[in-house]
Amino acid sequence: MKQIRIHGRGGQGVVTAAELIAIAAFNNNKEAQAFPSFGVERTGAPIEAFARIDDKPIRTREHVYHPDILIVQDASVMAAVDVAKGCDEKTIVIINTSLSKDAIKLNLPKENIFPIDATKIALEILGKNIVNTIILGAVAKSTNLFTMDAVKKAIKQKFGGKSQELVDKNIKAVELAYNM
Amino acid sequence: MSTNKSNRQILEGSQAIAQLINNIKPGVVSAYPITPQTHIVENLAKFKADGKAKYEYVRAESEFAAASIVLGASATGLRVYTATSSQGLLLMNEVVYNIAGMRLPVVMTVANRGVSAPITIWNDHQDAMSVRDAGWIMLFAENHQEAIEQHLLAYKIAEKKKIPVMVNIDGFVLTHTYEGVEVPSSTEIKKFLPDYKPKAGEYLDTAHPRTFGAFAAPAHYMEIRHELHEDLRNCQSEILEEYESLKKLVPNAIKQTEKNAQINNGLVEYYGPKNPKIVLVAMGSLIGTIKDAVDKLNIKSHVKHYVSPTSVGVLKIKTFRPFPDKAIVDILKNAKYCAVIEKAVSLGATDGPLAIDIKSAAKNSIKTKIQSYVVGLGGRDITQDRIARIVVDVQKKDDRMKFVG
Repeated sequence: MKQIRIHGRGGQGVVTAAELIAIAAFNNNKEAQAFPSFGVERTGAPIEAFARIDDKPIRTREHVYHPDILIVQDASVMAAVDVAKGCDEKTIVIINTSLSKDAIKLNLPKENIFPIDATKIALEILGKNIVNTIILGAVAKSTNLFTMDAVKKAIKQKFGGKSQELVDKNIKAVELAYNM
Repeated sequence: MSTNKSNRQILEGSQAIAQLINNIKPGVVSAYPITPQTHIVENLAKFKADGKAKYEYVRAESEFAAASIVLGASATGLRVYTATSSQGLLLMNEVVYNIAGMRLPVVMTVANRGVSAPITIWNDHQDAMSVRDAGWIMLFAENHQEAIEQHLLAYKIAEKKKIPVMVNIDGFVLTHTYEGVEVPSSTEIKKFLPDYKPKAGEYLDTAHPRTFGAFAAPAHYMEIRHELHEDLRNCQSEILEEYESLKKLVPNAIKQTEKNAQINNGLVEYYGPKNPKIVLVAMGSLIGTIKDAVDKLNIKSHVKHYVSPTSVGVLKIKTFRPFPDKAIVDILKNAKYCAVIEKAVSLGATDGPLAIDIKSAAKNSIKTKIQSYVVGLGGRDITQDRIARIVVDVQKKDDRMKFVG
């Protein structure tokens, strides 16, 4: 089983990111689960969401305390939350930041840390700082949890009901993140 | 939606339930939105607005009104649906009792949440426990698929026995979680659940006048309540039969029985060895965490006095009302210890509500030590580690109720 924990702030689509991860994995014929750590959902408040991926049905419902993959959608939460809690030398870390790997203050092996300036891509392509789909491209690249085709399909499934433009923009953003 | 096995989709629990309710084709849906039930009724309202549903969606100004609207609609002979949570269920309380007393086949989803004060929006079972004596059948689901299964059983049994059914699904833990689930189509559902066609005289109809909820003097009131009690008790056999029928007619709708499950029927599921030394009893989504915790116990050497998983079993109560006392005692009878792990408290009582019922069922017939553990109130996370600790604790001498977490 692979366990994923996502940190970010209310309004940044943290919960949607976990859902997209689960949908993408399910699209690759895996069992998947996604759920938020339900807070009082104020815009800007630090929040967490979780996902699990496995080959067999997922039964446990506890929060993710020992993530295999840690995603930080907003590096500023690191001042308020110990994002590395429960992580180990194998945990893959994907951080939205403009900082370089060496400048990131995180007591985890450098080779497992993958910074991406997702905010820059989001502002350029989506016109607002919603980075969840972009992060998904980075996850697809840094892990073998799911394929890019599964990610694109997940974006269509999640946003297809809203507008084609939103789907197209997010797919463009995710491709850019993947090819960086 | 996906190439995953058959027609399985990955859905939020609320979406899956809303799709199923639409496929069941109720005549009237009425609800008042409350967290964490909201996504269910938002989806149902959207289906209606998008022209994808045939039911009347009646917006209510409160839960009291929503329950009253489905009461009235059901009395006119229509299939109905409502859903609520927490304070909403408390506000419905008077109508909830009336629905059962009038023998109306209402089906309601309760997206379980704690109760005020202090205010909490998070999950536990205190809301459901506040109406356990109201005369409804009460089912509790472990996961999305079991919620689908139980809503289908709910309509079949409610309409056959004229007793309302409440399907309890853990707020957020199931309502807001994405996981794989199969929602049967209307055509598939029809094999098991035919259109609701009550007979003349069973509903409000000027050609066949009748009264619902009439005045009953001391000469009759007690008999009427006694009859409802007996009818509710007797629904156990109906639930067992209909579960088997559903399994046969719409196999994709039900939660598949796991390899380690010795028993899985409409009333209970027992997962574990044939002769367990310890049995952990719980309801709802917590069961999944408990199963994983029990499977891992043999490799968790940090837990002192750990027991091999070959001696720990997990008993899931799927039907809480009518209470399946015989089915439970039959599973517990050879166990030395039983930990009842529940997300509810009966304030001022000796034990949690489920533990009280189990002790009452077991008294004078079995020697198992039964201990009450209150967990997860107001959304406190229940970890596998806590479950492992309860397995250790239940083997100690004391037997008082404990709050764990």
